[in-house]
Amino acid sequence: MSYAKPIPTITPDMKPFFDAAKRHELVVQRCRQCGTHRFPAREICSQCLSRESEWVQVSGLGEVFSYNVMHQVYQAGFAAEVPYAVVVVKLREGPKLVSNLVGVPPHDIKIGAPVRVVFEDITDEVTLPKFTPA
Amino acid sequence: MNLKGATAIAGLGITKQGKVFHTNQIGLAIEAVQLALDDAGLTRGDLDGLLLNPGLSWADQGMGSFQLQQAMGLHDLKLSVTMNAGGATACAMIQHAAQAIAAGLCSTVACVFSDAPLKPPKPKGEGKAGGGSAGAYGFARGLDAAYGQFGVNAMYAMVAQRHMHLYGTTNDHFGAIAVAQRRWANLNPAAEFCGTPMTIEDYHRSRWVVEPFHLFDCCLVSNGGLAVIVTSAERARNLKQPPVYIWGMGQGHPGGDPSERLASGAGMARDIAFRMAGIGLKDIDVVELYDCYTFTVLVCLEDYGFCAKGEGGPFVADGKTGPGGSLPVNTGGGQLSSFYMWGMTPVSEGVIQVRGAGGKRQVPNVKSALVSGNGGILSTHSTLVLSNQPS
Repeated sequence: MSYAKPIPTITPDMKPFFDAAKRHELVVQRCRQCGTHRFPAREICSQCLSRESEWVQVSGLGEVFSYNVMHQVYQAGFAAEVPYAVVVVKLREGPKLVSNLVGVPPHDIKIGAPVRVVFEDITDEVTLPKFTPA
Repeated sequence: MNLKGATAIAGLGITKQGKVFHTNQIGLAIEAVQLALDDAGLTRGDLDGLLLNPGLSWADQGMGSFQLQQAMGLHDLKLSVTMNAGGATACAMIQHAAQAIAAGLCSTVACVFSDAPLKPPKPKGEGKAGGGSAGAYGFARGLDAAYGQFGVNAMYAMVAQRHMHLYGTTNDHFGAIAVAQRRWANLNPAAEFCGTPMTIEDYHRSRWVVEPFHLFDCCLVSNGGLAVIVTSAERARNLKQPPVYIWGMGQGHPGGDPSERLASGAGMARDIAFRMAGIGLKDIDVVELYDCYTFTVLVCLEDYGFCAKGEGGPFVADGKTGPGGSLPVNTGGGQLSSFYMWGMTPVSEGVIQVRGAGGKRQVPNVKSALVSGNGGILSTHSTLVLSNQPS
């Protein structure tokens, strides 16, 4: 059966992220000048305005920063899952990622809970980093 | 130069609001300007400035204020700008109009919002994702959707959830705001929910949109237009309506991540506006706060200093913001229960209260109103202080 949820478009600026995810590695951008980690991709560092950056692998560890529980079906692929939770994970390195928490029912999610990255291969081309309790 | 009392709102025009399908956003904007001119006792030829806040339905049309100028045959404008700072635009338009008038650049400016996002009833299809400013918060477009996050409601919910976690804010607190505003709307014949009472039980029973937001935590979506005419205080005194003097104005756009701040730019904007007006919170008789969500009202009450940061929940819990309460907030029902014209809804209610024209919902002895606009997710903010006293 084909994958029914939205498949993100791999834009040129985000390609390194998807390439790494396919290898089951989590990468974010890091400013070469001031060292600030950032996500998603930006051309210019909002801290020091440098244009020089690199993609670097991060720990994949972080904590649940916030979450919501979606009750409306905006896209048919989620119809069987409502209500489902979306989380914001704050990585140890600083950036925040919108994601899902695997293996935790929506109302058992706790802000501050430690999490680690896992990877879900949704198509041959695209892998999504998700998180699970650490 | 202190602009306190230099300019005034002389006209107010509110079209029919809600499921209004007889014309598009340009037609609604024209109707609103005409109503505001009639209200002031002015004509089209008296306008020499036009500021437009285009709603969502203007999205694919550039140069909105010029389009509106052409559509309603305005000539020789000395000021014409399309502005968009989200929900903060309305008060900001009035600020910039007032500044231009006080500087002698022009004399009489229409500030306009219109939108027609609702379509006539048709077979139900899939919802669509919103989140027009999502990119500004550093969320990757397309990537959010892969995880099932769609629209601004969901992004705002993330911020509200943090507030609940850190400060113990609850849905009972949000519900107290929703109920208070509905009670105001029940006194406002122009409110979409005028004839529909709501209890706290009704609030809790309303469906979840995205937790922690129930349906009644979220503002309406309305078709309509709303305009005000800003002119010099001197000219306003010779027009049809009692002048609504602009005593203070200010903006605050803090930048950064709203989910870390859990605060709006209201404190910044307040300091600028109150310094100009020479007043404090105790001098405010009615408060008209931008309310895209109940949560936004709660946070802005904190940020204006009506209570301490984090104490917004307990502060509103006793219903003090409703009719007969000690702090009247969103006295027409606000955008949650009257109609949603972005920041023009609180502006219009501020004008009505300061004029003493609120009918059954009129707060007694109003001299001064605090009006706010808030855009993005607690990211852009504007404040006006309005008064029926010249100085």
